[in-house]
Amino acid sequence: MAAGGAARALRAGGCRYGRFSSSFSGGGERAGPRFRPPAGSRRDWIGPPDRRSNLRPVIFHVPPRESPLERRLRELREETQAWNQRFWARQNTAFQREKEEFIYSRLKAKGLETRDETGQKVTLNAEEMADFYKDFLRKNFRKHLHYNRDWYKRNFTITFLMGQVALVRALRWLRRKTTNAGNQ
Amino acid sequence: MSAARCCSPPQALAGIFVWHLKKTGIRQVPCQFVHLCRAPNDRLITFQYFNFLRRMYVTQYNKDLSQRVKPKSDSVVSPFRESQLDQERKVIHKITPISPVHQPLSELREIKSAAEIGDPATPLAAKSKEEGQWREMKLRLDDLPGILARLSKIKLTALVVSTASAGFAMAPVPFDLPCFLLASLGTGLASCAANSINQFFEVPFDSNMNRTKNRPLVRGQISPLLAVCFAASCGVPGIALLTMGVNPLTGALGAFNIFLYTCCYTPMKRMSIANTWVGAVVGAIPPVMGWTAATGSLDAGALLLGGILYSWQFPHFNALSWGLREDYSRGGYCMMSVTHPALCRRVALRHCVALIGLCTVAPILDITTWTFPIISLPLNLYISYLGFRFYREADRSSSRKLFFCSLWHLPLLLLVMFSCKKSLLEKEEQGDALSGSHGRAMEIRLP
Repeated sequence: MAAGGAARALRAGGCRYGRFSSSFSGGGERAGPRFRPPAGSRRDWIGPPDRRSNLRPVIFHVPPRESPLERRLRELREETQAWNQRFWARQNTAFQREKEEFIYSRLKAKGLETRDETGQKVTLNAEEMADFYKDFLRKNFRKHLHYNRDWYKRNFTITFLMGQVALVRALRWLRRKTTNAGNQ
Repeated sequence: MSAARCCSPPQALAGIFVWHLKKTGIRQVPCQFVHLCRAPNDRLITFQYFNFLRRMYVTQYNKDLSQRVKPKSDSVVSPFRESQLDQERKVIHKITPISPVHQPLSELREIKSAAEIGDPATPLAAKSKEEGQWREMKLRLDDLPGILARLSKIKLTALVVSTASAGFAMAPVPFDLPCFLLASLGTGLASCAANSINQFFEVPFDSNMNRTKNRPLVRGQISPLLAVCFAASCGVPGIALLTMGVNPLTGALGAFNIFLYTCCYTPMKRMSIANTWVGAVVGAIPPVMGWTAATGSLDAGALLLGGILYSWQFPHFNALSWGLREDYSRGGYCMMSVTHPALCRRVALRHCVALIGLCTVAPILDITTWTFPIISLPLNLYISYLGFRFYREADRSSSRKLFFCSLWHLPLLLLVMFSCKKSLLEKEEQGDALSGSHGRAMEIRLP
C-alpha cells in the first residue's frame, strides 16, 4: 500500500467501537505519535491540510463487524488517499524547487543577488514568472492527464461503493426495525 | 388582451424584480465557471465592499502554498491579512515548501509573530494545536444549509438566475409571473446541481488552490455521496420543472447546460485552453433559457442576449485568471493566461469591442429602442478602454481594473437594456402602421 502507512489500532472499552486506520504518509517530518481519535468515536476524522500536498488526511473508523463491502470501500479510500498524497506532495515540492531554481537563474542572469539589503529573498514579479508557469504546466501536462483519468475513476468507484454501503446499511436498519416491531 | 394592457405595470414589476435580483447578484461575485471566494452575505454594494473584494482577490495572488485550517464555526472563507496585500513587495516569502506561515484571521493575534518567522513557538505547542485541528466527520444538521449553500455556490447560482430573469424580462411577450417564477426556480435548481457536481469532481484540485480550499468537500464537511445525492435531488426536479412547468425547450437547454458544465467544461479545464470558450457558452445559456421560457421559441433575440453574455465572459474571466497563473500552473489547469498570455489579452479586448457591436444589433432585432446602443455606448467604451489597457500593459493592476469593471458592467448593461426594451404596444402600433410586413414584431407565444 502506501509507503510509510500507519495503521493504528485503538483499544478502548474492549474494542467495542472498532478501531481506526489510515494510510496517510505525512512525509516523515512529524515526530512522535500522530493524532489518535478519542475512544468511543465511531466516525472518521479529518485533519488539517498536509504541508506538502495541501490535502487533508482522514483517519478511517473500522467498525467491529466490518462487512467485506465496507472493508473494500475503506481500503480503496485509504489507498486513494495515499496515492493522492504522493502525487500532490511530489508535484508541489517539484514546483517549489523548480521555481527557486528559475528565480535563482534569472537573478543571476541579471547580475542581481538573491537577497536584498534587508537580507530577505528577492522574488520576481508575475510577468517574469509567467515563463516559468507556462513551462511547468507544459512539462507536467501528460502527468496531469493520467492523474485526472485515474482520479475520476477512483472518485466514481468510491462514491459508487459508498452508495452500495449506504444502501446495505439502510436495508439492514429497516430489517432490524421490522423484526423489532414484529417481536413487540 | 386589450392594447391598454401594454405591459407597463408587469414590466415595472419585472423590472423591480429583476433589478432586485440583480442587486442581490451584485452583492455576490459572479461568473459560473470562475471559482471565487465568497464574500460575507450582508454587505451592501459600497466602496468599502469593492475594497473588500479587491483585498480578497489580491490575497489570492499570494504565493502561498501552505494552508490554514479553520475552526468549524468559521463562516468567513478567505483568511487574509491586511499586511500581506501587495505582491510587488518583494520580501518575506519564504520559498520553502514546509513552513505554515499564515494563520486564520481569528488566530492572528496570538500567533502572528510566530507565523511571520515561520516556526511555531515550541514543537509541543504546535503539535497540540495541530491535534486540535482534527475534526470528526459528522454531518451536523444545523450546519447543513450553510454547507449545501457553499456546495451549490449559491451566490453564483443567484447571479445565473438573475441573468435568466433578464432573458425572460427582455422577451417581447406579456409578462407571466407564474411562468417567470417556475423558470427562475428551475434554472436555480439546475445551477445548484451543476455546481455541486463540479465540486465533487474537483476535490484534490480545489485543495491546492487558495481560492477554493475551503469548500465543503475539501474540508470533509459533507461526504461525496451526499454531494452527488444533493446534486441529483436538485437537478432532476429542476429539469423536470423546466420541462413540464415551463416548456420542453427550456428543459432541454437546462439539461444541456448541466451536461456542458459538468462533463465538458470541468474536465476540459485540465486538458485544453478551449475550456474558456465552452465556459462562456455555459454562461450564455441562462438568458437564452429565460427567453425561451417566456416565448417558447429560440429566436434571434434569445441568441443576441446569449451573445452579449458570451462576450462578457471573456474580459471577466481572462482578467481574473491573470492573477491566478501560479495556482493554475501548479494545479495543472490549462488556462490561456498561463499558456497563451497574449491570446488571453487579445481575446478579452476583442470581446469588449464585440459588446459594442452586439448592443447595436439589439434595436435592429426589435428588442430594444435605439436609445439602448446610445446609452450603453459609454459603458462599453469604458470596458473596451480597460480591455485595451490590459492588452497593452498586461499587468496585475490593469487586469484587476478590468475584472472589477466587468462586475458592475454586466448588471448595469442588462438594466439599461431592460429600460430601453421596446414595449409590445409600440410594436403593435408599428405592426399596424406597416400593415403586416413586420412579421418579426409579433412573436408567437406557445402555451
